[in-house]
Amino acid sequence: MATIDADMETGRTLVYRHSLLVRLSHWMNVLCFTVLLFSGLQIFNAHPALYWGQYGADNDPSFISMEAVEDGGSAKGLTRVGPFAFDTTGFLGVSNVDGEATARGFPDWLTIPSYQDLATGRRWHFFFAWLFVLNGFFYLVYGLASRHFRRDLVPAAEELMPAHLSHEVANHARLRFPKGQEARHYNTLQKLAYLAVIFLLLPLMIGTGLTMSPGFNAVAPWLLDVFGGRQSARTIHFLTAFSLVAFVAVHLAMVVLSGVFNNLRSMITGYYAIEPEDKP
Amino acid sequence: MSRLITRRRFLIGSTLTASALGLSGCDALVESDRTKSVLKIAEGFSMKTQRFLLGDDALAREFGEADLSPVFRANGTSMPDNPHYLEWMNSQFSTWKLEVGGLVEKPAQLSLAQLKAMPSRTQITRHDCVEGWSAIGKWSGLPLGALLQSVGLKPEARYIVFHCADEYEKTLDGSGWYYESIDLVDAFHPQTILAYSMNGRDLEVAHGAPLRLRVERQLGYKQAKYLTRIEAVAELGRLYGGNGGFWEDRGYEWYAGI
Repeated sequence: MATIDADMETGRTLVYRHSLLVRLSHWMNVLCFTVLLFSGLQIFNAHPALYWGQYGADNDPSFISMEAVEDGGSAKGLTRVGPFAFDTTGFLGVSNVDGEATARGFPDWLTIPSYQDLATGRRWHFFFAWLFVLNGFFYLVYGLASRHFRRDLVPAAEELMPAHLSHEVANHARLRFPKGQEARHYNTLQKLAYLAVIFLLLPLMIGTGLTMSPGFNAVAPWLLDVFGGRQSARTIHFLTAFSLVAFVAVHLAMVVLSGVFNNLRSMITGYYAIEPEDKP
Repeated sequence: MSRLITRRRFLIGSTLTASALGLSGCDALVESDRTKSVLKIAEGFSMKTQRFLLGDDALAREFGEADLSPVFRANGTSMPDNPHYLEWMNSQFSTWKLEVGGLVEKPAQLSLAQLKAMPSRTQITRHDCVEGWSAIGKWSGLPLGALLQSVGLKPEARYIVFHCADEYEKTLDGSGWYYESIDLVDAFHPQTILAYSMNGRDLEVAHGAPLRLRVERQLGYKQAKYLTRIEAVAELGRLYGGNGGFWEDRGYEWYAGI
């Protein structure tokens, strides 16, 4: 990470934090993740129930479901998770389409396209799935070849010591972000979160997605055993997607709390400003 | 007329349509033909990649009796509204015949009894609906490849089209008859069968009696029911909407391996 210039008055230093490939792949991921999520919800809406095992359809017990039930002349949206049922009218199960209560899993403002159209949802999903996979491939090759993973993401042994981790958790909870030398690198929680997304959640999305493909099942039948069947894979695909949504929510909150301008600049131009350490 | 004008007229047209319908900007983008043709690239990628990885003969997983779905959901048409079909049904399909024609050397008409007398294959496989659900069933029938060999394909035949007895969408121009098509790789795949039996019994009406296609490495809408005629063709563009299948004419992928 090259240090470019230090402002004599404020003591701020601009460091080159994100390489061009990391920036490009980040924004490509933003685009792909957004489309994949909303077109994925469109696909889910075609059959808003999730099962566990090799098979699962209307007559089989579902694990999570969103349904519309008749309730005294009006439609009520029920979301079931295991043995629990929640009234989610207006959001899940039943929501307004052009002012009319309509049976649909997720509401129209969360799906691509907004109206029910599985064929189009699939076209968008698979196109952006390809972009996402190609983008991920280039990122992985770059990350290994440039030592980006080892240099920037893999935590050092001392960073994983309980004392260090609890110190970081405490600082995070008080929204105290690193300054000076410490701010030149990702902190340990950041490293662990990014590693989990890159090497666990995203591969899980691709793996479970491919396990839903009857063609790919013939290519790699062992994937069915890894995930416990096509319907289990569909359920894991859905749950992992929402783990990624949770990651993005925390990620965006952290971007805002630790300086929107500085963070955005670093992901657009590559340069990140580091505040001087507080003098004792 | 130059492409440019067509495109501009299209853009104006689609913008007007979109605003008239009160669609959001997103939906207007979704409905543009340009967008659709770009997104279609993905289908080609998926098919080429899967075919490359699959080879021609990789098998779909076969399950055991214990894995059968307790209830196999019937989908699409469950009772064809067609006078011929009623007649066949009333005769226990003894008056029904499968016509095999198009680009073949020896066109044939085969009764159900004749089809059942041919060598058969039984397989327990998973049926995957494009909507997301799956059901496991046991199918018996004759391998399509063997039937095609017996009638002899002409060298220019590239696709096998399946015509069905159900008009899934009633239209004045007859464009709503169910049909499907596969290429020769899938037609000669060992698990591609014309099934007359399901879970050890004659195929029920709701599941496509007397004969349906099983093409196990693709989604449910390819598994055409109520077969009446099999046609070998050189291209799909001239049939119905030109995309090779009822759902394909309504925006779904022709290659339904994903």
